[in-house]
Amino acid sequence: MTMSVDLREFVQQPNPDFPSFSAGDNVRVQLRVVEGTRERLQPFEGVVIRIKNGPAGNFTVRRLSSGIGVERTIPFNSPRLEAIEVTRKGRVRRSRLYYLRGRTGRAARIKEARR
Amino acid sequence: MAITHQNPGLIGRKIGMMTVFDASGRARGVTVIEVTGNRITQIRTQDRDGYEAVQVGAPGKRNRINKPEQGHLRKSETESLSELREFRILGSDSFELGQEIGADQFESGTYVNVTGVTKGRGFAGGVRRWNFRGGPKTHGQSDRHRAPGSIGAGTTPGRVWKGQKMAGHMGNRRRTSLNLLVVYSDPERQLIFVQGAVPGPRNGTVIIAQGRRNPLLDYDPPVFNFDQLVEGDIESDLPSDEIDQVEESVVTEADDVVLEDAIEESVVTEADDVVLEDAIEEPSDPSIKEDSV
Repeated sequence: MTMSVDLREFVQQPNPDFPSFSAGDNVRVQLRVVEGTRERLQPFEGVVIRIKNGPAGNFTVRRLSSGIGVERTIPFNSPRLEAIEVTRKGRVRRSRLYYLRGRTGRAARIKEARR
Repeated sequence: MAITHQNPGLIGRKIGMMTVFDASGRARGVTVIEVTGNRITQIRTQDRDGYEAVQVGAPGKRNRINKPEQGHLRKSETESLSELREFRILGSDSFELGQEIGADQFESGTYVNVTGVTKGRGFAGGVRRWNFRGGPKTHGQSDRHRAPGSIGAGTTPGRVWKGQKMAGHMGNRRRTSLNLLVVYSDPERQLIFVQGAVPGPRNGTVIIAQGRRNPLLDYDPPVFNFDQLVEGDIESDLPSDEIDQVEESVVTEADDVVLEDAIEESVVTEADDVVLEDAIEEPSDPSIKEDSV
């Protein structure tokens, strides 16, 4: 039993086609949802407020849905995650945008990044 | 206990834990156990021994095998195995001495019991050992922060009850986790992925034995993309009605929906509905199939 096993080999890699994005960006993710016997894609669009890297990485997307803040945390490796589309690059100065939680409207704006 | 199965257990080494998504998209925390080099070292039969069992050996941590043990192992030509363990089974005569057994003993979707020696915690206080709350941190307290408090009443009964939870040695004991799901079994690499935690440290020796629960009927084992499979490579040969069945078995999604802290539980459904409404605007694609992203 001296052979070592590299568990990284077993990490289910996310789709390599996913674009890179960072906190503050607006993204639109397509998630597979199962309704009864049917499976379809459900889009979820909002601001990325946190990214956790690593083999079990995930990211959290926040949006306002009829005045109610909704956050979804999505594992990068999830087979339910079909597509990620960056709709807007934001300019922010920190990696965890938890401060957005208390804010709505003008206060929750994020400047667009200059290319 | 009646022995009803014919499946000897395995001796393995705990590799570590990780997250795995099964084919339905559900995330499962798993412990990976390596089970290389398991061989049958002795067969016990009803006639000779009065019960049926097989002894399984595996290369263990001990590197010194004494003379009597060497002699015992020579009979099955399995020298160099240092961990031995007997498993009672039905039909021990279906195995032969020296036979190799491995991860294919336990298929994905079945349940196993995993035995190991828990991590030793030494002499542990009540807070760590029994989850006592300890004393107040403030309000003039001194020396009471992790104290156990009262250990009983007064003159009656005039003694401390047996079994009273107190500080003492914790861990380093043999413990068994019962009925853990085999999330994935890899006979090629001799690895078994078991859902949940398993007693002992990494590299600790563990024993995997047949669990009591019946196997899951429709379990989709995870699909690994070792070579970064291109999407859509796998699914194409499944007929569509079969895919429907697979989808029905889904229980929960791996992804979490986090709502604003302040909002009451009742709002959760409301918010979900809203999301669904939004989603309907997007034409859904009926051709989406199960695959391995």
